[in-house]
Amino acid sequence: MSDCPECTPRNLSRRTFLKNGALAMVGAALSPGFLARAVEAAPDARGRVLVVIFQRGAVDGLSMVVPHAAPEYYKLRKGIAIPREQVLDLDGYFGLHPSLAPFKPLFDRRTLAIVQASGSPDNTRSHFDAQDYMEAAAPGNKSVHDGWLNRYMGTAPNKNAFRAVSITANLPRSLSGMQPALAIPSVRSFGVRGGKSAERGFEAMYSQSASDVLHGTGKESFKAVETLRKRLSGPYQPANGANYPRGNFGQQMQQVAQLIKADLGLEIAAAEVGGWDTHANQRGPLAQRLEEFAQSVAALHQDLGDRMQDVLIITMSEFGRKLEENGSGGTDHGHGNCNFVIGGRVRGGRIYGQWPGLAPGQLFEGRDLAVTTDFRDVFGEAVVRFLQCRSASNVFPGYALLPNRFRGYLA
Amino acid sequence: MVDFWFNHFNVNWSKGAERWLVTAYEREVIRPHAFGKFRDLLLASAQSPAMLFYLDNWLSSSATAPARRDRKPGLNENYARELLELHTLGVDGGYTQNDVVEVARCLTGWTLSRPRDGGGFVFRPRMHDSGQKVVLGKVIRAGGGKEDGIAVIDMLARHPKTARFIATKLCLRFVADDPPKTLVDRVAAVFLRTDGDLRQTVRAVLTSPEFLSAKYAGAKIKTPLELVASSIRAVGGETKGGTTLLAALNRMGMPLYLCQPPTGYADRADAWVSSGALLERLSFAVALMEGRMVGTTVEAERILPRPDLDRAIEIILGARCSAETRATLSKEMPVSSKKLVGLILGSPEFQRR
Repeated sequence: MSDCPECTPRNLSRRTFLKNGALAMVGAALSPGFLARAVEAAPDARGRVLVVIFQRGAVDGLSMVVPHAAPEYYKLRKGIAIPREQVLDLDGYFGLHPSLAPFKPLFDRRTLAIVQASGSPDNTRSHFDAQDYMEAAAPGNKSVHDGWLNRYMGTAPNKNAFRAVSITANLPRSLSGMQPALAIPSVRSFGVRGGKSAERGFEAMYSQSASDVLHGTGKESFKAVETLRKRLSGPYQPANGANYPRGNFGQQMQQVAQLIKADLGLEIAAAEVGGWDTHANQRGPLAQRLEEFAQSVAALHQDLGDRMQDVLIITMSEFGRKLEENGSGGTDHGHGNCNFVIGGRVRGGRIYGQWPGLAPGQLFEGRDLAVTTDFRDVFGEAVVRFLQCRSASNVFPGYALLPNRFRGYLA
Repeated sequence: MVDFWFNHFNVNWSKGAERWLVTAYEREVIRPHAFGKFRDLLLASAQSPAMLFYLDNWLSSSATAPARRDRKPGLNENYARELLELHTLGVDGGYTQNDVVEVARCLTGWTLSRPRDGGGFVFRPRMHDSGQKVVLGKVIRAGGGKEDGIAVIDMLARHPKTARFIATKLCLRFVADDPPKTLVDRVAAVFLRTDGDLRQTVRAVLTSPEFLSAKYAGAKIKTPLELVASSIRAVGGETKGGTTLLAALNRMGMPLYLCQPPTGYADRADAWVSSGALLERLSFAVALMEGRMVGTTVEAERILPRPDLDRAIEIILGARCSAETRATLSKEMPVSSKKLVGLILGSPEFQRR
């Protein structure tokens, strides 16, 4: 596996920095706000791209990657366990939920790996706290207000407006902070709605030389709009026969592909998918959600083809669900969960992490899958080995990132 | 001030049953105390179902309390931590992790009666940790029961660090993102001198030379909520709320009553002026004037019978309008009244308070 030096984010940022060096210097001296982040809105750049997918609501990891050889799983989930004959076996012990069938060939072709029993050292079972902790990558610490992805960007700032994009209405916590990031819910309708002439009027007002945060942001916004329109004109045609589901998440994945292929210098893409808080009658709805989830991610993989060599997809969820099913055919909030990691550089076809077991004495607080891999080591491995960050300690405040704790899903 | 204090004591509508509690919280906890004593506001929020539920204190109990059917007894530090960090002393207020634990112990048993049935605050002695506690160096003797929590509230409400933290937040809201330290000092002194009288404390901000000086005029960027409210007011419109308006706020990054973290929304420009959100502000201005906000009625012609640029600027922006913006707008003429007003509502000047 040979790295193309021109493609690494470090070089990209250096190159862009040189191009904008003078402006950046002046800006940093005059204004801590927008000038320091005035952007180059139309670079022609391709580098590595990290795609993070948040499954909000705590997906039932024990249904995604089923421990079908563990008797406790069938004993405690009499009503909702995935029958052994339906599980898509991976290694004789674990297997995929049948709705995750699109992931099976990726696992077999070794571009998909699983990190099992991962999660937070904090024992909260509150969605909102746990999401917060995961996106801030600071479990138990509420005074960290920026997100881990934004802090990563801060370790090597560059001026590219399209460096980080969330395909959501609001920037997720993981991307918020001092570094610029775009929230683009729809690449097709990014801009001022309500007619060309209104947009032109606003653009003129914001493109004056006044140097304050509004004018600066306005200018960068209109540049971004213009760039997107230029690069993404016409209807999008997925490659390699990729077929995105029609739902919101499928469309998010398609837009990630569009942005990657537009060579805008995208480095971080964030997407999210909800509907996992399955407290009651989870069988059918969960199967449906998982199907859309897997088809969408697999379509992105298919569509990007060879580009997957420089793309890493990581999925995450705030915590897992309780081993024992509850009284209404669902599962309550639990602890440990799993991540999927997908990409050309992933050492796939394997399940990483230490399996803590499901026997009563092995469960966390006597009820949940225990966590044996801190989620920061999963994220940290991506930051260090994929994004090649040299100062990753700034990304995970209060946590000593040790390569020997990485699970090794990347070479 | 209701907006300020709701945001200071933020709760989030989307956390489970919280949605049934938020309306009463704003109406019965925040609003009656917005110009009262800080101590009363703090106590009211500490005993409100919305806060007890949002920050989990209703679950917090002594580790030796009798087990309940669905959970093991034990301390929950969530509320105690935010009480110190966000509601009173501030994150640099000098408390320790041990103080968090001790405050949480004091507040054990502050819970909800009939939590699934709309019950209110109740003190349950069986959940309470009745031992001695030490909070910020002060001993709270064993056996105080419900009074332990009252003692903590009283201590925190009158603490000099609290005065400073509240003064800083008020100046941040009303004066500048980086308010002058001398002003913060004076406002904090008023807070302490008046035993946390919020009317007098706010008056100290609003009558200060700094607040009234040209230097800080227009220093603050409006939050999305302020932008929406001021836009509708500027054109003499009327609104019943409605989902399109809420969706617009959502797209601008400030979903109403849905701030997820307990910190509340930020009061600094960098939280509000990102590319996507700014474009949404402009889209909102256009949509508002085109009558696309369902439940909101505006008529440009009522305030501006003819599309007269000077008149429009005078009504909406007044002296704030820069020469550049005026020149740019004049190049757009002639346009209809509603389009002209829409452009002005989207101008950089109108994004500032």
